[in-house]
Amino acid sequence: MLVYLIRRIGQSILVVAVMATLVFLSIYAIGNPIDILASQDADQQELDAIARRLGLDRPMYEQFGIFVWNALQGDLGRSFVYARPAVEVILERMPATLELAFVALVFSILIGVPLGVIAGLKPDSFLGRSIMSTSILGFSLPNFWIGLMFILLFAVQLRWLPASGRGPVTEVLGLPLTFVTWEGLRHLILPAVTLSLYKASLVIRIAQAGTRDVMLQDYIRFARAKGLSHQRIVFVHVLKNMMIPVVTVLGLELGSMIAFAVVTESVFAYPGMGKLLIDSINRLDRPVIVAYLMMTVVIFVIINLVVDLLYAAIDPRVRLSEPKG
Amino acid sequence: MSENASPENSVTETAAAVPPPVEDKGESLLRRHIASFFESVGATIGLVVLVVLVAAAFLAPLFAPQDPYDLATLSIMDNMLPPGERLETGMVALLGTDEQGRDMVSAILYGLRVSLIVGASSVLIAAIIGASAGVFAAYAGGRIESFVMRIVDLQLSFPAILVALILLAVFGRGVDKVILALVIVQWAYYARTVRGSALVEKRREYIEAARCLALPSSRLIFRHLLPNCLPPLIVVATVQIANAIALESTLSFLGVGVPVTEPSLGMLIANGYRYLLSGNYWISTFPGVALVIVIVAINLVGDRLRDVLNPRLSR
Repeated sequence: MLVYLIRRIGQSILVVAVMATLVFLSIYAIGNPIDILASQDADQQELDAIARRLGLDRPMYEQFGIFVWNALQGDLGRSFVYARPAVEVILERMPATLELAFVALVFSILIGVPLGVIAGLKPDSFLGRSIMSTSILGFSLPNFWIGLMFILLFAVQLRWLPASGRGPVTEVLGLPLTFVTWEGLRHLILPAVTLSLYKASLVIRIAQAGTRDVMLQDYIRFARAKGLSHQRIVFVHVLKNMMIPVVTVLGLELGSMIAFAVVTESVFAYPGMGKLLIDSINRLDRPVIVAYLMMTVVIFVIINLVVDLLYAAIDPRVRLSEPKG
Repeated sequence: MSENASPENSVTETAAAVPPPVEDKGESLLRRHIASFFESVGATIGLVVLVVLVAAAFLAPLFAPQDPYDLATLSIMDNMLPPGERLETGMVALLGTDEQGRDMVSAILYGLRVSLIVGASSVLIAAIIGASAGVFAAYAGGRIESFVMRIVDLQLSFPAILVALILLAVFGRGVDKVILALVIVQWAYYARTVRGSALVEKRREYIEAARCLALPSSRLIFRHLLPNCLPPLIVVATVQIANAIALESTLSFLGVGVPVTEPSLGMLIANGYRYLLSGNYWISTFPGVALVIVIVAINLVGDRLRDVLNPRLSR
């Protein structure tokens, strides 16, 4: 196990290093941020001054060296636009995105599990089939357009919910949250439901398959024979057993939820990390893009590492079959 | 190639899908597949809708009410007309006009063309690259295989939308650049799919036989191994066209996709986004409806192909 652990961590570090190089090189190729930052009528002297201040006048390898050295100390550069450390700018926006992602995760369970169980209990009924074919739509329809239609329906036509932004922030146990107040929750509903639709479809499919599986098991037959009510069988025996795969998959999907939030946040003008990334791309705010990417890479690598290690701990075949690769 | 006796086996079918060997047996199996495809009402409707839309998009210059790229024919006086209003030229804008006075029907037909071109060509290129990499990895085995599959795993562990977004931030806007970005994010799916089936096919007798004939590796890979890995690839690629179109529209919506001069459906939706809150719903809604119809139609066809081409399900 120790050998496997060391090798797996080594691979993760290698991945982060490779990604850091790729990210730096590609962002370096993006274009010249000075054109955007300087005023229209700036003369060459002013341009040079800006370049010197941002360290853009040095050769590329030197910039890369400085980037790596600073990154190792947790400094991913200063935002050109905000004139503050990029990591700080992103961390400031992170709670908003995490809140959105978690609320969306809850919604996807609330939407997905009941529908999946219904479809799984009666797989050949009209209702069951409709649920399953609708779930395909959740996978394939462009999410941003669904968000726009939600805005049109609930914000413009019915005027029930606000179309954009984030509600008032309340500190709860040191966490800046919005869903604790009614106003904040109102702002969160549309973006969170939009973001949850893709995962909800996934949950429907897993829950349906899980329910069909569980219903064939002996313990369900036994519960029936014991004379338990249908409700009790569904709510206690089926639900408990089919939740295991649902929770596993959703845990794995949390990372991609943060990535998908880029789109949802843009649609709803929600001030999270994703919106920050899009804004930074449009303004060529290189350090923020680099910092966002590096943080995302690290988050993904850590999630993958933890999952692999958990699997290895549970299933010895994983770590024993690995060496030949 | 069709020494393989069992009729259910997809070997003969793919032999027919790949042009050269024309034989009655292969023909009839292909015909049986086609017949079984049309047994499904949903898939038939999907295919018909798809054919009509593709034809409409590519023949748009012939019968679209207006050339949306030709600014001379547009009149700013016609801007933001709701659906059904009459333009200055006397033409009726069935789906309204946008902020430049562009007829939405024409804009959607031209936009659909861009979306379809990007979707189909990115899938085609990515499938060729991915399938070659996958079949090569499976055939070579050992270190090469684990190296290729490690790259595939690494890439699939990051969400496609994020990777494509960053790539386009680097490349800049342009139809060719969007296609390139979509190829880069997609090839890994095909590599994984093809490698999976190639590993199974590799152990079959006909490969053994081909090897005994001392055929060169390239011929073995591309004429014997690859054709037999095609059915699952076709299914994945069909559905993936829909995903590529959706991904392209998302990227264009975010402002990193196609250029303003060649608006795809996603770009049209993005243009309408600004006017949505003032109640001018048609600019965003109708291109979106067109997008949804295309995606649903492709999915219906893809789903049926999966059933038809899967030898385990047939009889």
